[in-house]
Amino acid sequence: MSRVIRPYGDATGDGMVQVSFTLPIPHDKRAEGAAAQLAAKMGIDPALVVHAKAMGPDFTFFVVYGRVNHLVELDKVVVLERDFPLLTPKEVNARIKKQLRRPLVVVGACIGTDAHTVGIDAILNIKGFAGEKGLEYYAGFEVHNLGAQVPVPELVEAAGRVKADAVLVSQVVTQRDAHLHNTEEMTAAFREAFPRARRPLLVVGGPRFDESMAEQLGVDRIFGRGTTPAEVASYLVHRIVGAGSA
Amino acid sequence: MRLQLDPTQVARARALAASAAAPVLTLTQQHTTVSIERAVLRMAGLEGADAEGIPWVNRLADAVAEQVGLQHGIALPVWDALQAQRRADIAVGADPLRTLAQRAAAGSVEFRVPQGRAAAAATSGAVRAARAGVRRIDRQRRARERLVARYPVDHRPWIYLIVATGDIHEDVPQAQAAAREGADIIAVIRSTGQSLLDYVPEGATREGYAGTYATQENFRIMRAALDDVSKELGRYVRLTNYASGLCMPEIATLAGLERLDMMLNDSMYGILFRDINPIRTFTDQHFARQVHARAGIIINTGEDNYLTTADAVDAAHTVTVSQLLNEHFAKQAGLEDWQLGLGHAFEINPDLPDSFRLELAHALLARTLFPDAPLKWMPPTKHMTGDIFRGYLLDAFFNLAGVLTGQGILLVGMMTEAVVTPWLSDRDLALQNVRYVMNAAGRLGEDLAPADDGFIATRARHVLDEAVELLERIDDDGLLDAIADGTFGLMRRPADRGKGLEGVLPRADDYCNPVATVLAEGTAS
Repeated sequence: MSRVIRPYGDATGDGMVQVSFTLPIPHDKRAEGAAAQLAAKMGIDPALVVHAKAMGPDFTFFVVYGRVNHLVELDKVVVLERDFPLLTPKEVNARIKKQLRRPLVVVGACIGTDAHTVGIDAILNIKGFAGEKGLEYYAGFEVHNLGAQVPVPELVEAAGRVKADAVLVSQVVTQRDAHLHNTEEMTAAFREAFPRARRPLLVVGGPRFDESMAEQLGVDRIFGRGTTPAEVASYLVHRIVGAGSA
Repeated sequence: MRLQLDPTQVARARALAASAAAPVLTLTQQHTTVSIERAVLRMAGLEGADAEGIPWVNRLADAVAEQVGLQHGIALPVWDALQAQRRADIAVGADPLRTLAQRAAAGSVEFRVPQGRAAAAATSGAVRAARAGVRRIDRQRRARERLVARYPVDHRPWIYLIVATGDIHEDVPQAQAAAREGADIIAVIRSTGQSLLDYVPEGATREGYAGTYATQENFRIMRAALDDVSKELGRYVRLTNYASGLCMPEIATLAGLERLDMMLNDSMYGILFRDINPIRTFTDQHFARQVHARAGIIINTGEDNYLTTADAVDAAHTVTVSQLLNEHFAKQAGLEDWQLGLGHAFEINPDLPDSFRLELAHALLARTLFPDAPLKWMPPTKHMTGDIFRGYLLDAFFNLAGVLTGQGILLVGMMTEAVVTPWLSDRDLALQNVRYVMNAAGRLGEDLAPADDGFIATRARHVLDEAVELLERIDDDGLLDAIADGTFGLMRRPADRGKGLEGVLPRADDYCNPVATVLAEGTAS
């Protein structure tokens, strides 16, 4: 499909966008000119500085509307498409029962100093997320949710003890790339503790992860914002139970 | 706005909370912790750290623990050794306690647990030293009262803003700017992970991780900076930090000595969200709150956190239960109503029908149950999605609920919650939001009263009934078992596990804590 599109304000092809930003200068006419110049360099032409407000003596906040002259080429967009079939809970349970013939063991945690369990809980807790029940609800999974602020060595130890097939880690805090550092620390620890063939599948998730960075971080899969329990369950079945029909 | 609640049900809730807390309070009287003993040394004026940055209080406490244990209290062996040091004519300079710590760290002090007259002499020396520290705290409290009278804050809620650069020298201009933009309270967020350090870092620090280390010197620097800006604005700007984690008693002591005004101090937060041992937490906390009570510090409790892990409607009553427990533990430590910044939050899923009415019901329940407490109202975080426009609207409703229900402390919500640490413009827009709502509807609560059999009043009564039921269960099973079972925030925390357990000691029969003795003599206020 070869298609070129532009942003849509209120008519096809009008190219209208809005941006807001702050410049470190006092609010005066020159500041508004500076904002218009920045917008022009961003490809917004004509740029309408619709709002400018002083924030203290040294800063000015702007809202700019305008027509952007860039084009989006849809055939050059690259995203990570789902490369496994989406299964219903019933299918997931049936595949595990028939092909694995034992529960699929999952260990989940928030690692490092991250106390935001909302992500891991959305995937694992029975309550689930977006109307879908979490993995604890599935008969086929044996779930160990270790909760918040689990030190990496403790996670590795728990994964070994319960013979985890998969380890799920969620990371919400991103200050100074904490989510990336924590993930790297975790994968290094698992590589050290397990021979390659017996290492559990490593899955991380969180709203600020780039799903295409899995290889770089040494994990098997990254799930980003809006991932549902069924997607994670389907992926685990796909990788651990393998292909085949229910 | 106020609710009509059944006074018998309210009284029953309080009686159950007291009964559930009683066995835990007994435990706190049977134990001490390494951090309480180090706080005794800090109260006596021991500051500073060795070349490796290990505080002298840790060095001295470790030496005593190794030789004779801390179960008698650190005061007996330390003040006994100080007398021996004096008799031996060792050159001590201006600070005999520090000299003792240095010598102990070098392994050249032999400690003993004094008996008879020697014990009496050590006790009276320790009490004298503790009294000098408590007097410093009393002077700071009087200084605050003078400044508040001179630079009054004449509106409610107080506006609470967070600063967190990691570098105290970067925090200072940001905090002063936030105060000029309208903040009444500045909270300096701590470096990630400080709560799990078993020592308090020393000196002015510039390398924090998503926050700035709580140190005595950082407290001093920030309080001085806010004193300057208070004078400039004619409005006393309060300073907040965190008395939680493994060093809660020490940080509470430093907060009193350096005139912090509010401290985050929840009875169960460390247990639930930092996996700190329950007995360590309750014991540390009782001591820390006694110090806060004396220092005239307002505590902020952390019930808002439960609603980030549990559902804000289903778990509404766990907030009420925790508030009642926090209140009881606080009162037992000597805190007064005006010092209880009991927490709760605006975390109901906005897609739920009547979500705002539910929020009002919960907020009014807290307001009505604790009429004289400066409740702390926390903004939405869980349902902030990255849609900043929707987030800005949600924050406006949060602000409206806050002013309508007479909340005392309003933590300013950021539309970029869950996206970035707040930008300058985020903070400016957030404050505009607060100011608009306060200006437009600040006294709207005076005109409105919830219908007695309406949705809001019915929901509030229902939450109170659920709270009473849960308290009955906790009272039967025991609070520690309830915590172990995941009653709060869905976290399961058994009493024989958790971090810092090795620092909990049963008190010996001759246990001596000179700070507790001085605090029990009565307040200077």
